[in-house]
Amino acid sequence: MSLFEAFRAICTRDLQVALRRWGDIASPVVFYVMVTTLFPLALSPEPDVLRNLGPAVLWIAALLATLLSLNALFRSDVDDGSMEQLAIGPHPLALIMLGKTFAHWLLSGLPLIVLAPLLAVTYHLPLEGVGALCLTLLLGTPTLSLLGSIGAALTAGVRQSGGLLAILVLPMMLPVLMFGARATELAASGEDITGPLYLLGAFLVLALTMVPLASAAAIRISLD
Amino acid sequence: MWTWFHKLGSPPHFYRIAGFMQPWLLWPALILMAVGAYAGLVLAPADYQQGDGFRIIYVHVPSAYLMSTIYGVMAVTSAIGLIWRMKLAHAVAASCAPIGASFSALALVSGMLWGKPMWGTYWVWDPRLTSTLILFLVYVGYLSLRASFEDVNKADRASAVLAMVGAVNLPIIHYSVIWWSSLHQGPSIKKLDTPSIPADMLWPLLLMIFASSLFFGAMLLTRARAEIVERERNARWVRDMVGQEPAHVGGPGLATGTEET
Amino acid sequence: MSVLTAHDLTLWRGPFCLFDALSFELGTGQALVIRGPNGSGKTTLLRVLCGLTRPEEGRVDWDGLPVEQNRQAFGSALAYFGHALGLKADLTAMQNLRFAAAFNGRRGGDFESVLAALSLQDCHDLEVRYLSAGQKRRTALARVLLSQARLWVLDEPFTNLDDAGRVFLETQLNAHLRDGGLVAVAAHHELSIRDGQEIDIRLGAAH
Repeated sequence: MSLFEAFRAICTRDLQVALRRWGDIASPVVFYVMVTTLFPLALSPEPDVLRNLGPAVLWIAALLATLLSLNALFRSDVDDGSMEQLAIGPHPLALIMLGKTFAHWLLSGLPLIVLAPLLAVTYHLPLEGVGALCLTLLLGTPTLSLLGSIGAALTAGVRQSGGLLAILVLPMMLPVLMFGARATELAASGEDITGPLYLLGAFLVLALTMVPLASAAAIRISLD
Repeated sequence: MWTWFHKLGSPPHFYRIAGFMQPWLLWPALILMAVGAYAGLVLAPADYQQGDGFRIIYVHVPSAYLMSTIYGVMAVTSAIGLIWRMKLAHAVAASCAPIGASFSALALVSGMLWGKPMWGTYWVWDPRLTSTLILFLVYVGYLSLRASFEDVNKADRASAVLAMVGAVNLPIIHYSVIWWSSLHQGPSIKKLDTPSIPADMLWPLLLMIFASSLFFGAMLLTRARAEIVERERNARWVRDMVGQEPAHVGGPGLATGTEET
Repeated sequence: MSVLTAHDLTLWRGPFCLFDALSFELGTGQALVIRGPNGSGKTTLLRVLCGLTRPEEGRVDWDGLPVEQNRQAFGSALAYFGHALGLKADLTAMQNLRFAAAFNGRRGGDFESVLAALSLQDCHDLEVRYLSAGQKRRTALARVLLSQARLWVLDEPFTNLDDAGRVFLETQLNAHLRDGGLVAVAAHHELSIRDGQEIDIRLGAAH
């Protein structure tokens, strides 16, 4: 089996397994919607206030939704022994981690990007802002999933590690959040955002190249 | 040269050498800190703009310098431990973390205390304070991860991966924070960006930085020795030192290949 | 000629030494049988052989190269049956087996007869979470038997097998050894290695 076929096989299997438990898939999405409704309720439904908050809230909620779904990324595989079988198999573990993270993003990140425009409307975001929101989320959420996978791999063997995972992973996610939210805000006021977009792209490339190696090393430690 | 390195990697040798070196770091550190503190608090002239409030830099700047340097030391020793499988390197990395966390907490508190007379408020989201807070939280995360493993070897390796990942991430976070703060209108706070600090304010500062570094070295050696003794508590050399029978015949002394007498 | 070599394996669990400077060589047609009471380190030793657990000292070589540097070749040649069975509960038994076969590059393999011999022919289309504990174990065993791997590492495979299953597994083990395979097995029950050379290791002797 070639590398690409192995990547696709692991991705497909993860999607197959996840779709059997679609309640788990729905959680991050529902969470995303619910968090975004908190702010108008807690603060004020004034369009001006919401327009100011919108980029930040929509980005923070996406980050929190991703964080919520990370705990389950490797846990079930470590618990039922599938991860061991993958670790001693003939394919590079880094590739397998990349495949699993990609499947995770398809299930948790992509739905957020699809939903974001609808929620942006509730925050009265102008069209340029909505476009920037989707674009930054498209570039940013894979990075968030990748960075989160390191934390998930490090804590895969630890019981009740939800809080620990968040503590480990949040500092790493801060740059993506800062640039993503700020870029959305800048676009909403009509400014050019190619700079931040390039940076988000750079973060993604850096994460794609380096994270699978780190999370493979981390999961081997967890399996020990 | 490699034999020296390998000898250093042997815990009983390191224990002895560190024990010998520690007072040579500690006493100069304390003396120089006393001198620097006196020079900074008493001798240096009051600042034109800030009055006496600026004197907190003699605590704040060394702490800030150390918190980053200690993380670097932690990351490098973690890498050595992971790549060359030296348990001693892991022990040193583990010893660095609480010291680094303490210095970053000190930098945070001293930064906040400086803020009150300077900006009238204890907290501003400026790049330095924000970066300090984030680094403090990173240290806390590292210590939490270590604490969540029962097996020391697993804790060592997992936190080594975390330290190395952090070493790549922290510069990115730092520069992102600087960029982020430059976007916002507001008083550009240039604490130490003053073009030239007069000499009689500067030399106590440099002295304090140097003295604090020596102090860190002394603390590191002390912690590392304690860490090693605890990890090796079943080994013959520890039991001999403490005056007890070894736990097992052929106890788990680490890979030195030599009989410890 | 494949060979699994262990050099000076040493591992401690807390204050207990599970094994100290353990060395052996396992070649084609040989079966490493590890015996010992519960908690003596049989599972740990097997995991070290697979490259899952890192020993404090020593290393394991496959065909002369350390396992960590030889993961692709070793991974293709290895099939492991461990305590955690490695089955996805939400997929059917057949889906699990087919994935394992495809992922590890096995073509062919007589699924039907192996499943029938392990009494799984009626339940292979059920999701694994609906299977009994014994059926789950037999499914994981089927994965090893269908794997066409040269080295079988089995952690107490005879537990929860009925007599027919036990006989079947022993026959398969011996056939595997006859065909030049290697076996490392931790066993409580007595098993007879007829068609291969048995290497015995007893753990937990001095505590």
